[in-house]
Amino acid sequence: MSLFNVFDIAGSAMAAQSQRLNVVASNLSNADSATSSNGQPYRARQVVFSTTQINPQGASGVRVAGVIDDPTPMKIVYEPQHPLANAQGYVTMPNVNVVGEMVNMISASRSYQNNVDMMNTAKSMLLKVLTIGQ
Amino acid sequence: MISKLDEALQFHQTALTVRGYRQQLLASNIANADTPNFKARDIDFSSALQGALSSRPTNTGLAVTSPRHIGSSGENTAGAQVLYRAPVQPSIDGNTVNMDVERTQFMENAIHYEANVALLNGQIRFMMLAIQQG
Repeated sequence: MSLFNVFDIAGSAMAAQSQRLNVVASNLSNADSATSSNGQPYRARQVVFSTTQINPQGASGVRVAGVIDDPTPMKIVYEPQHPLANAQGYVTMPNVNVVGEMVNMISASRSYQNNVDMMNTAKSMLLKVLTIGQ
Repeated sequence: MISKLDEALQFHQTALTVRGYRQQLLASNIANADTPNFKARDIDFSSALQGALSSRPTNTGLAVTSPRHIGSSGENTAGAQVLYRAPVQPSIDGNTVNMDVERTQFMENAIHYEANVALLNGQIRFMMLAIQQG
């Protein structure tokens, strides 16, 4: 029954959006991490969404095709008193765009809500189906 | 007698199948609202219903004889042809999902589905009445 596919579709989209929210949380909390376990400053990460076939009749969900390192250049800050500053007094800071990440967060949470709404609608439709002939 | 009963309910059954299928397609569109290069899809309900009601269901899908083949979803079991939606405000990443349009169509389709269930219930009630009064 094709209505049950709505749950699979919305579920896959919710999983993908929550992973996006996780990445946003990681980026925001590390916005000022000038160093990490490998000695390099934190690099922002972004998720890449891709369509995934749920059944051969055209239902398509979402999956996270990969998490990529943000290719934008790192921020260079002049801070001579910083312990990680180079000889000229500059520190390499993470390339996290805080405003962009906040927008990303709102977008992800709105998309998540959309999918929850969709699931609720499908649920009420299926409950109506159960009342046929009563 | 039984075939008469079946005929009386056939129309609503087919209509609910096509509505359910359309709901699944619209769910795919909403779920993929953030997927790059995703094109929103929909069916023309009236022609899909006509196709599903005609005794000869058309199927032009590709034959899949190996699990590594990619099947074609040009035609589905409901006899409907899936079309791409004309983009209203396409975004630069190639996504043509317009959330306002999709949400409206999703709700509209859900209401039509529930109306269909209500009509089906009414018809069943009439038939029960006829059976019990006879």
